[in-house]
Amino acid sequence: MTDALHILSLGKGGWGGALLLAAGVTFALSVLGFLLGALFGAVAASGRLSTRVVPSRLAKGYGTVFRGVPDLLTIYLLYYGGSIALTEIGKFFGSAGFVGLPTFATGVLAIGIISGAYQAEVYRGAYLAVDPGQFEASKALGLSRFQSLRLVIIPQLMRHALPGLGNVWQLVLKDSALISVIGLVELMRQSQIGAGSMREPFVFYLAAAALYFLIAAVTGSVFRYGEARAWRGMVHA
Amino acid sequence: MIDLHFFVEIIPTLLSGLPLTLQLAGLSIAIGFALALLLALAQQGNHRMLVWPIRAFVAVFRGTPLLVQIFLIYYGLGQFRPTLQAVGLWWVFREPYWCAIIALSLNTAAYGSEILRGAIQGVPRGLVEAASAFGMTRIQTLRLVVLPLALRQAIPSYSNEIVLMVKGTSLASIVTLMEVTGIAQGLISQTYRAVEVFVAAGAIYLTINFAIISALNALETWLTPYRVRA
Repeated sequence: MTDALHILSLGKGGWGGALLLAAGVTFALSVLGFLLGALFGAVAASGRLSTRVVPSRLAKGYGTVFRGVPDLLTIYLLYYGGSIALTEIGKFFGSAGFVGLPTFATGVLAIGIISGAYQAEVYRGAYLAVDPGQFEASKALGLSRFQSLRLVIIPQLMRHALPGLGNVWQLVLKDSALISVIGLVELMRQSQIGAGSMREPFVFYLAAAALYFLIAAVTGSVFRYGEARAWRGMVHA
Repeated sequence: MIDLHFFVEIIPTLLSGLPLTLQLAGLSIAIGFALALLLALAQQGNHRMLVWPIRAFVAVFRGTPLLVQIFLIYYGLGQFRPTLQAVGLWWVFREPYWCAIIALSLNTAAYGSEILRGAIQGVPRGLVEAASAFGMTRIQTLRLVVLPLALRQAIPSYSNEIVLMVKGTSLASIVTLMEVTGIAQGLISQTYRAVEVFVAAGAIYLTINFAIISALNALETWLTPYRVRA
């Protein structure tokens, strides 16, 4: 036990600092991926809600593929697919070796694409949950389409979307561990490095699990706070 | 650009990983479901000594990545080899196959128990009271009234969980098991054709998931003959 504490200490010879730093990378990766996913999700949701056939089909296809295919495959597609393309370009300019994509950016993109597919469903459901009278009322007030979205619809939509978004966020945080397979030193990868070098896999993976759990718990309460705020002044079941 | 010949070549290779993918998914979903039902039922009694450890188990397995769970069981417990050998369990924890099954089963049991707990609580109280007015014992009420209704209620959420589990089996490739995703990764690094391999492997997963969702939808419809579907 004292051994474990020594290994995980923040001081000299301890891995605590490296693990905390890697947890920071995990957090940054997840937040940026989630935000990019919000963008993809919003676009896909508006596609799904559109009455036109092409956007609606495209958005549906996007959701079906990235919610049905293992996230690991998507990550391999982006990393190797991108790197192979980059290597070809490198060859053209006279570079010889394999050119890898930057792992952090690839991770953010992968999480963005995957979580966007889930977020699209959340936004679509939330949009449909907004009372149709609100659209009519904002039109009656003379608001432009953009104004009514920004001032009337989106604030109400977020009330319905927040619980679902909280679930997607938890999914994103845990999915971010998969980015370790392309070599980004986030929490999972750093624990692997530590486990290998100290020959103490149990201690390191337990520490990683605890840090993931902590991030999930703290951020989960942020979502609950946001939900309470979004519903303030409203009576709801 | 699209090379059909290449697809014809890689699809059989990828399909050779299908039995392992299906085994991992099937076994862990079955074990996980049995465990989930047990955990959900155990929480109905409201015995603190029973409910609290279960809640903790569920929170831990839902709050940490599946990959960490797999590594903790496979590499982490491997550190205790002498102890595991002494109690005769080393043959289980030595094999990545069993470690993956254990991790996947425990993970889906945690999520599944929450789905089933909600579904059991969703059974109207009046039905349980009516059953006891008929003189049914608690076991009879459970078997004849509560479980049939709760399980049917749980089908849509549980089918989501099953799809997530099928996707989750891909993580077994990280502990050296050559299921569909593992083979796909090997093919990508041999052929440098990421898009084609992704399309072929992705199609296999989409087919499995489509089959599961259709089967469970059909089961739900069959169990609710009186409900006219829109």
